Amino acid sequence: MTQALKKEIKKYKVLTGNGAAAYAARLCRPDVVSLYPITPQSEVIEQLENFHANGTLEAEMIRVEGENSAQNAVCAAAMAGARVFTATSSYGLVFMYDAMFQTAGYRAPVVMVNVNREPPGIHAVCSGQQDMIATRDTGWIQLIAESGQEIFDLVIQAYRLAEDEAVQLPVMVNYDGYYLSFLAESIELPEQSEVDRYLAPLKEQPPRPTLVPGSSLGCGAHGLGMGFVELRRKHMAAMARSRQTFEEIDAAFGEEFGRSYGGQIEEYRTEDAEIVLLTSGSAVGTARTVVDAKRAEGVKVGLIKLRMFRPFPIERLSAALQGRKAIGVLDRSLCFGWDCGPIYMEVKALLADIGKVPLLNFIDGLANMDITKPNIERMVNDLQSAAQGEPFNPVAWVTMGE
Amino acid sequence: MKEIRFHGRGGQGAVLAARMLASAAAIEGKCVGSFPMYGFERRGMPVVAFTRFDEAPIREKSQIYHPHCLMVVDPTLMKLDTILNGLRPGGVLILNSPKPLPHRLSPNMGLAGTVDATRIAVQEIGRDIPNTCLMGALAAATGWLKLESVIKGLGEYLEGEMLRKNIRNAERGFQEVEVQKWQ
Repeated sequence: MTQALKKEIKKYKVLTGNGAAAYAARLCRPDVVSLYPITPQSEVIEQLENFHANGTLEAEMIRVEGENSAQNAVCAAAMAGARVFTATSSYGLVFMYDAMFQTAGYRAPVVMVNVNREPPGIHAVCSGQQDMIATRDTGWIQLIAESGQEIFDLVIQAYRLAEDEAVQLPVMVNYDGYYLSFLAESIELPEQSEVDRYLAPLKEQPPRPTLVPGSSLGCGAHGLGMGFVELRRKHMAAMARSRQTFEEIDAAFGEEFGRSYGGQIEEYRTEDAEIVLLTSGSAVGTARTVVDAKRAEGVKVGLIKLRMFRPFPIERLSAALQGRKAIGVLDRSLCFGWDCGPIYMEVKALLADIGKVPLLNFIDGLANMDITKPNIERMVNDLQSAAQGEPFNPVAWVTMGE
Repeated sequence: MKEIRFHGRGGQGAVLAARMLASAAAIEGKCVGSFPMYGFERRGMPVVAFTRFDEAPIREKSQIYHPHCLMVVDPTLMKLDTILNGLRPGGVLILNSPKPLPHRLSPNMGLAGTVDATRIAVQEIGRDIPNTCLMGALAAATGWLKLESVIKGLGEYLEGEMLRKNIRNAERGFQEVEVQKWQ
């Protein structure tokens, strides 16, 4: 009844994840958009071009010859004071790798969507988080969405985060290719005025330094020795501050739009959970249904959703993982050299805080492989067994039958 | 929740049918989720798409393995051994075919709706795009969605002459579907 009533008042539209990203970007009124298509992101570019053609997006559209230019264009425009947007995926993301360091080093508040897809090597036009992982240390903030609505909302939140005076860092909004980029869901569409109101606090901040023709500004200059060290230290401090800022803007989003997501992480049914599974992206949705089914059987299992990968939610995760009898991490990419998944590796680094506990890694969902309910049930079963003191396989490639 | 799996070939509109059907369900106030699964864009290659709709929010993002309904846009795909995999007991098949089924194709099949969607599409649209005709057939055979919702859903994706032709395509699918039932 409440839901039905809400639907009468609110405006809904069936949009794909890509459509949601483009729609939300438009509502944030970017001044400059750089565009280069790549599967499974192309629809974002197409939609933005549609908006521009029909006059609902009044941005300067820069149609570049490749992703490296796409990144350089928005970096430069952001340094000149513009609000900017771009989107990419996989090969495109790695082709802008050097430019991503530059954008972050310049502290240019670029907002970029990255549709997660396997990078080159074994050619796969398929979902996977390896592209995001490969750019982990470029100094960008990296966020991960679970659903179309969250993609929509995160793009809007990303501007508040990137342009916050205390942060001033580029933000990458990630979502799974195919499973989310092409997933059509009913999306609640806010009014332009609501988004304007939510982003308005950015206008009340002191103006950030911008490049103006004819006036001088030190920007992207050599920072040898201590100059470099000092800027890096400030960059890292801004990254650290962004954790708390993200919590605040997520809460503010809830006040404006009636939806908030828990900030850096969301805990689902973890209150009395003896075992927990940690994952991110579209797999979280499927895992919720499995957790509910296992709870109905009396299994004390909870779920933790990682929404912010960089900076890593060290304190929130340590608190959420404390006192469990077994912890599972479901990774959709690999950490070469550590013989496991990257999120697992990072959670392992928390063991000093949370104490020794069976920590199990499940590798699944590479190259569009479906993270199914039976697969997740099996992970929960493994966690139960490990929690009872049984021997366990620390790193299991689920689809390989391990 | 209702789960529908679509089988077609690139270019026939199976992916768009899945999405348009989600829009039709959303128009009726339902929660929806629909996505295709294929690697590269390849015209003529088999593609599969999925649509879920429910009164409650849909959280699973995985593919559909136990559909309540299969929609087969290209009849040649019926030769695949795997096409009926996972069909739930009492399940529905919506098939583009000039003839009704000669017999029940699986013990789980409870209902089949066949319609000569290729012929109708060629007559109404001038091309072999049978998807919207089969959507009309699904609405009639299952009663899960109203024809008006299906037609209204088309309006979110098509316009002008193409919309009018596809509305006619859907209406004819609704009227001309042949339904076979088994206990």
